[in-house]
Amino acid sequence: MTARLSVLFSVMTIVALVGCGGGQQSSDPRPGAGAVAGDVTVFAAASLTESFTRIGEDFEAANPGLRVSFSFAGSSALATQINQGAPADVFASASPANMTTVIDAGNGDGNPSVFIRNQLVIAVPDGNPDGVNGLADLNQPDVKVALCAEQVPCGAAARKALDAAGVALTPVTLERDVKAALSKVRLGEVDAALVYRTDARAADDDVDGIEFPESAGATNDYPIVVVKNAPNRPAARAFVDHVRSSPGQSVLTAAGFQAP
Amino acid sequence: MSPRDAVAARPDRPAPPPRPRRTGPVPVALLLPATLGLLFLVLPLAGLLIRTPWSTLPQRLTEPGVLTALRLSVQAATLATLLCLVLGVPLAWLLARVDFPGRRLVRALVTVPLVLPPVVGGVALLLVFGRRGIVGGWLDSTFGLTLPFTTTGVVLAEAFVAMPFLVIAVEGALRGADVRYEEAAATLGAGRWTTFTHVTLPLVAPGIAAGAVLCWARALGEFGATITFAGNFPGRTQTMPLAVYLALETDLEAAIVLSLVLLTVSVVILVSLRDRWLSSP
Repeated sequence: MTARLSVLFSVMTIVALVGCGGGQQSSDPRPGAGAVAGDVTVFAAASLTESFTRIGEDFEAANPGLRVSFSFAGSSALATQINQGAPADVFASASPANMTTVIDAGNGDGNPSVFIRNQLVIAVPDGNPDGVNGLADLNQPDVKVALCAEQVPCGAAARKALDAAGVALTPVTLERDVKAALSKVRLGEVDAALVYRTDARAADDDVDGIEFPESAGATNDYPIVVVKNAPNRPAARAFVDHVRSSPGQSVLTAAGFQAP
Repeated sequence: MSPRDAVAARPDRPAPPPRPRRTGPVPVALLLPATLGLLFLVLPLAGLLIRTPWSTLPQRLTEPGVLTALRLSVQAATLATLLCLVLGVPLAWLLARVDFPGRRLVRALVTVPLVLPPVVGGVALLLVFGRRGIVGGWLDSTFGLTLPFTTTGVVLAEAFVAMPFLVIAVEGALRGADVRYEEAAATLGAGRWTTFTHVTLPLVAPGIAAGAVLCWARALGEFGATITFAGNFPGRTQTMPLAVYLALETDLEAAIVLSLVLLTVSVVILVSLRDRWLSSP
């Protein structure tokens, strides 16, 4: 028993030492050396979950010895966490407003850059039973519509698009985020919702995404920045470069995002 | 002798328990964790008060949305509590007084909403009472009634989450109550219904009141099941907790003000109810 415990203890010590070594290595910036190593922590908007996970795998494959971990959540929650000192290396926000919160608090390293845009579509149940072709079709008494609340980015964009189309729509609900709005369509509780094209595409089996012209004037910019107190700044910069490179961009556009 | 007389003839209430006697100093081993526990519960409230924007408080409080959400919250929580009383007190009686097979399982099932994350509860409600749900689909096709996105939906979601609090409190009171009064009523010819209304209910009234207060407080603070099942629309389904959540997205101070309003109203109502119903002999 004691022997087993001591084995366990020495294993833990080794793990801890290796861990320290990685940390030390990563806190030692070596510009000029092409490879980056250690851990890099990316705080990213929930709508980036699928594509950033994929990009992270590619980035790890290109940089042996590097581990990418993600924290996906609503941009405003992530911005609050970063401003409260969460150990993030990179912040990718679904809206400029939440990025501004971080930059204004002095927690950005350099200026953020917009790396993609997202556009709204009308999500309707698979097969489009109500024959929705545009925003005007939503403004009928028997068509129930879910929008995002205006406090979250997809709701602000929806408001802009509806105003541009001159459609005075009364939704049945103002959902807390885009995934919640989408799930109301998937559950059949509403007949349509305004969601991002990427979300509609990710739920391809249950919903159809109907494009509409007014969404062009209501795109959402996604900015990305290296966090000022990034524990692993070289790897953070390399990750941002990778996201903006053509392999990174092609993963994003395949998911339905648009290049900036 | 009528059952009512049986109640009237019951012996005087047992004397209240004697006041705790002071037998030496309070042990530090109890005082220290007790103080830490109190601080743990109270400090977050202090945090809210410290960050409250007192200077802009009056103008923020008079914004029209605040009162609407508050009124809706109080109304929905009260209706949900009434619904819980109508359904929950008989359920508690059944669990406490009737020996039926599977009683332990039923008791466990009653507490499911306590352990279920409220968001999951909301999804489950949608699957049953939603437009495509087992019950909801029938309501929609037969009566043209839809529950999601309505104030009724808010009441249902709150009742679902809050009812276990009432059932557990009332069942506890029933188990603690002296069954001899009920037996005496039965001996004197009262049926189970008469015994329930004339003996049992008055006997456990304090327990029911305590359960109703807990139930109301839980319903008032309900967030996850409400926003999932009833959605969020000002004036119809947007209760205070939902308004707080959305305010947090953009405006921390507004969220704090709304939280403070909810907190004040609930504390005032709970304290006044407690004085009236629970502490009086």
